[in-house]
Amino acid sequence: MSDNPLRDAIAEAIRDNKVILFMKGTPEQPMCGFSARAAGAVQATGVPFAAVDILPDPRIRQELTAISNWPTTPQLFVDGELVGGSDIVVEMLETGELHEVLGAEKPAEAPAVTSEADASGPAPLGIENRLG
Amino acid sequence: MATPEELKQRIEAAIPGAEAEVTSADNVHFQARVVAAAFEGKNRVEQHRMVYGAFDPGELGGAVHALQLRTETP
Repeated sequence: MSDNPLRDAIAEAIRDNKVILFMKGTPEQPMCGFSARAAGAVQATGVPFAAVDILPDPRIRQELTAISNWPTTPQLFVDGELVGGSDIVVEMLETGELHEVLGAEKPAEAPAVTSEADASGPAPLGIENRLG
Repeated sequence: MATPEELKQRIEAAIPGAEAEVTSADNVHFQARVVAAAFEGKNRVEQHRMVYGAFDPGELGGAVHALQLRTETP
């Protein structure tokens, strides 16, 4: 047991969750525009992720910053590595890098919903769709 | 209170050869675009850390409430 259980708990959460976002508020109810954008970007990839609200205790942010050497929140970690804050995460979503880093299927060139998507897009993954 | 001009000067002083464009509507929330050859070979996290190096501990999220940042190589 170290003398800093909170820092240990944060480090453990980063280690144990493949994708983890530290943010103000929750993905359902973000308390800051930057956190909302970062959460939205990760959600857009469809990859499940863990989220930690840093607001309940100011020490969470303190210890997180000490671990990550990153001054602001949100912070996205993948495979234990800091990927970035909201600007980087949003930029990576735009370039398709976020899908790559998260191991998600790349979106079609035009993410907007089009009726042609069925013809050219990847086949649905659900197995029931292949049995018909 | 910080001004965009002051932040521009500090960022450019912290990263030799950098050119920064900084804007702010309220001198609390800032947007910066920083172009620097020194970013080459570094990932975005490292690039942003270099810019954050222009600030005092606690300043980001404090007096400079938010710094929206985009880093690029020339």
